Amino acid sequence: MNYLLIFIPLIAMVLVNLLPKKIRPVSAFLTLLLILAAQSVFAALAPFGIFHAVGAVKMERIFGFHLVIDNLSLLLILSAGIVGFTALMTAWHMIESEDERFNFTSLLFILLIGMNGISMLRDLFSLYVFIEAIAVSTFILILLQRAREAYEGALKYLILSVTASALMLTSIALFIMFCGGTSFEAIRISLASYGILAKIAIALFICGLFIKGGLVPFHGWLADAYSSAPAPVSVILAGVVTKASGIFTLIRVLTSVIGFSLAVKELLLVVGAISILVGALAALGQKDIKRMLAYSSISQMGYIMVALGCGTKLGLLAAAFHFLNHAIFKSQLFANAAAVEQQTGTRDLTEMGGLAQRMPVTGVTSLIASLSTAGIPPLSGFWSKLLIIIALWVSGNQFYAVLALLASILTLAYFLYLQRAAFFGEVSSKMTAVTEPQKAGMLIPVVLLSSITVGLGLAFPFVIRYFVR
Amino acid sequence: MNVLIALLVLMVLAGLWSIMTSLLIRATIALALTSVILTVIMFQLGAPLAGVFELSVCAGLISVVFISVISLTHRQPIKDYLERRQRRIMRFWPLPVLLLIAGIALSLVHRPVHIVLPHPGTVADPRIVMWQLRRLDLFGQVLVLLAGVFGVLILFKGNKNGN
Repeated sequence: MNYLLIFIPLIAMVLVNLLPKKIRPVSAFLTLLLILAAQSVFAALAPFGIFHAVGAVKMERIFGFHLVIDNLSLLLILSAGIVGFTALMTAWHMIESEDERFNFTSLLFILLIGMNGISMLRDLFSLYVFIEAIAVSTFILILLQRAREAYEGALKYLILSVTASALMLTSIALFIMFCGGTSFEAIRISLASYGILAKIAIALFICGLFIKGGLVPFHGWLADAYSSAPAPVSVILAGVVTKASGIFTLIRVLTSVIGFSLAVKELLLVVGAISILVGALAALGQKDIKRMLAYSSISQMGYIMVALGCGTKLGLLAAAFHFLNHAIFKSQLFANAAAVEQQTGTRDLTEMGGLAQRMPVTGVTSLIASLSTAGIPPLSGFWSKLLIIIALWVSGNQFYAVLALLASILTLAYFLYLQRAAFFGEVSSKMTAVTEPQKAGMLIPVVLLSSITVGLGLAFPFVIRYFVR
Repeated sequence: MNVLIALLVLMVLAGLWSIMTSLLIRATIALALTSVILTVIMFQLGAPLAGVFELSVCAGLISVVFISVISLTHRQPIKDYLERRQRRIMRFWPLPVLLLIAGIALSLVHRPVHIVLPHPGTVADPRIVMWQLRRLDLFGQVLVLLAGVFGVLILFKGNKNGN
């Protein structure tokens, strides 16, 4: 089953490209929608064994490589499925040109294969190749509509992405030199024997992943890329792509290869704490709704980092849960921002006001996602932040626990500003003619994601047992 | 060893030229030259296959792509060129100085490195490595190529405004 996560989207993508031009966009959309829905459902049901069905050995013999699926893989597969679905629905109703819609769908196929691959790989070089495939697709997606401002965002992304690739390749070269291979197993076994050389290789690889993940101080590209990209691209970038190449790979490499040494834990805690604060403070000063959400993403990824920095099972669980939560509420907030931008023609918060009266569904769902991000009970974001703070406290990192708690107030502050400026109060004179998007396709994903946020929060005891199992 | 050091210095100089020149065509030539010197270094170090790839792809194919794109651009007036050149020199002059200082500093602190590396296994046939041992990476490469194809379609196809 796990092999199909790569082959089905790949074959489907090739086949839809061979269809006549007239039916190509619709066929691509429907096929990908079906694949994303199936992937999400299968990933949610996976603990019951759907991915471990017989046939893996046969597939391995046919294709000659080994893919492994575990609970961590399911986290990314599920996130990719949900966020991909949201981005696709948003694109279908926001991108007017059929050609652009088709190109978006095709590149989304590639992103999906890349992310599914990353979730199951156990080889550093293969991981690098799949991360590169994602990076190339992302660069092109940012430029999908060739808007003037997108060139700056895409170029910044490209330059920093190439820098990250150079660091990771150097690290892989060092690993090949002293481990004789790039499989996780070979590296883990040899790591202890090569003190300083191993430390250099690890530092280079982690640095590369920090750049890919947009963590402070390597966050220069993120706000420009997210805000200048077309709306559906922002949804997929902020929801899952950046996290898959940077944060997920880091979690995988830490848990399967490097381990949590004291130095690594300190590094994660410091980078995480700085990212939380810098992201939140920068978000506070934004007037552009997408830039605010972009900086908020940096802050939330900082939370995942500090949770990882605990180096405990509880910390890892908290990081994983916040990873999923962030994928859900951030992609929803970007989808809300897309609807607002489409209906009002602006992203400037100072020009908005009272939109909740004109766009009630967008207003309510955006409020749910904002409160969840800020960690307000009983929404899902509250539980993951609570787990992070508890994990920090019990692992002896009380300073970081207090900092994470205080930073939540900053998160609440900028999201309350966003809500007040955009949705609350009297309808601004420029917004009197604004209405809710007429196409249900724009509203279905945000309502679905809000329901998941509320549902995960209310059913937390059941969810956590499910996760831990 | 001395030949290798001389080649490395030449490669750095060619790299510097590619960054500091304000003419695209010269930058392309300098980049190709960097790749050619790197190819010679790879041959010297006993990696002919990597050398062939470097020569054919980086020095050959990429230079051709760059030159084809440059051929689509307009020649800038000489006055603009001189201004650009001046600005570029002003912006990048610290780079060679920095490299020189770093080179001198490194040669002063240089100590022989003694790392006991694992005994290398028998060198596998590249065909076996590529088609049997690293088959999954080929799928990754296919993905990169497919993304590249869409990149060409999206970025180089003229839009309605003719930009």
